Amino acid sequence: MRERVGFRQLVDRVVRGACLLATVLALVPLVSVLGFVVVRGAGGLSLTFLTGVPKPVGEAGGGMAHALVGSLQIVGLACLVGIPAGVLAGIHLAEFGATRFGRFVRFSADVLAGVPSITVGLFVYALVVARAQRFSAYAGALALAILMLPTITRATEEFLRLVPEALREAALGLGLPKWRATLRVMLRTALPGIATGIMLAVARAMGESAPLLFTSFNNRGWARTPNEPTASLPVNIYTYATSPYAEWHEQAWAAALVLVGLVLCMSVAARLLVRRRPS
Amino acid sequence: MSERSSVVRSSEGTPDCMDQPRDASRSRWEKPALDAAKMRTVGLRAFYGEVEVLRGIDLAIADRQVTAVIGPSGCGKSTFVRSLNRMHEVVPGARILGQVLLDQQDIYARGVDAVRVRRRVGMLFQKPNPFPTLSIRDNVLAGLSLNGLPVPDPEGTVEKALRQAALWDEVKDVLGRSGTSLSGGQQQRLCLARALALEPEVLLMDEPCSALDPSATARVEELIHELRQRYAIVVVTHNLQQAARVANLTAFFYRGELVEYDRTDVVFTRPKERRTEDYITGRFG
Repeated sequence: MRERVGFRQLVDRVVRGACLLATVLALVPLVSVLGFVVVRGAGGLSLTFLTGVPKPVGEAGGGMAHALVGSLQIVGLACLVGIPAGVLAGIHLAEFGATRFGRFVRFSADVLAGVPSITVGLFVYALVVARAQRFSAYAGALALAILMLPTITRATEEFLRLVPEALREAALGLGLPKWRATLRVMLRTALPGIATGIMLAVARAMGESAPLLFTSFNNRGWARTPNEPTASLPVNIYTYATSPYAEWHEQAWAAALVLVGLVLCMSVAARLLVRRRPS
Repeated sequence: MSERSSVVRSSEGTPDCMDQPRDASRSRWEKPALDAAKMRTVGLRAFYGEVEVLRGIDLAIADRQVTAVIGPSGCGKSTFVRSLNRMHEVVPGARILGQVLLDQQDIYARGVDAVRVRRRVGMLFQKPNPFPTLSIRDNVLAGLSLNGLPVPDPEGTVEKALRQAALWDEVKDVLGRSGTSLSGGQQQRLCLARALALEPEVLLMDEPCSALDPSATARVEELIHELRQRYAIVVVTHNLQQAARVANLTAFFYRGELVEYDRTDVVFTRPKERRTEDYITGRFG
């Protein structure tokens, strides 16, 4: 009996050790990527970088304010389309999704989630850019909205399904019509989870460069309207990182740091916003 | 179906105490005649898809009395109370035939809004189900505020409902805390307060104590006694002692049929039906 106990304790230690090791291994890329970006990016970060626009090629200095604003603008526009459409589609799937149509939508969303982002960019290029004969923030936003859609739809559906059916019954039993029960009780209860799903989608969209390459394209200065080629951080990182100039490389690192910081701030803000509930 | 039961069927739906005049020495609750019943079902049949779970129930529910619904699992008790406030139809594939009269009006008639029925006929569920995102105070007001109804005196409404549910003294200082921070028994009384805040006319309770410990059960039973002064109450219960303790009238359901409906003391001491006797003496179920 004693030997068995000793053996079990040994197995316990080995498995615990394996779990710890796996966790550390998973943390290595995360920490090193973040650390690398901070170390390499901090040098290029300055007030001019955040407020200025690029100087002519060959001149030192300049910044990426136009790309920062452009990114926020494109992602903001994408959110205006992607979040309502995704959340409403998710509600539809959770509430009425047991039909053939529902299964079709769910399957399509899963397929769409697996479509390479550059393909979506190409699709929007053919649909919008080629016809309008111009690159624009609108086209970029549409591409990003399409990429956000499946994540938000499925997150909304999954988290709505996690809300206990008892709460719906409670709401209906109090004489709430179904739409109010869904919005005021089910959706409200699932909100933290849905917000997490939305943040994942937004964070992914913030970092996408491929679908923007031939939709919003790039711009060395400010775009006056969203109907013009617009700079964005990921595309600028790509352009600057593949340039031959050392100073541009430094700026690309700084832009990467700004991008990571931006996504982080938005995640924290979203969490604080939805956590507003009684203690 | 035995010959015996067919005899009972002829007079069923109206416990003897309700359709026969009694001498004045009898207590008040035995008095109401059938047409004075607060609610009444007429040939009520309920289905889940093709399965018929209620097979023609005729039963009258008197105002200011407690009616207990007992019977073995799957006999249709829960379906029965859920059909009284149109909660049955919430389940996909569920449907109803027959009539349910509330103050002589069929709640299943064309043009009757299920939502309005549910505000008049409140419900307490088996498991306490306060809204986790709302505070205690907002839980009480939920039926009003989530519906966009005006709440002229929220503090007064909250206090009144919580007092009626005998919860006020325990929570008056922590009204801002989450409804789910309370114990199970307190949560169930919170749900009761939430239903009472809508000032319903009938209260349905679907095994309200089955998730509660004995002392919490005792509190809810005391409450049922008090609330009987103001509401028609229907309690589904698996607990026969509970039915005997809280109910004036008891209905025994078996396999989707109403086998016996009479004064509680009659059902428990001199049941007319063999199946009732077998059930209450624990021979099955």
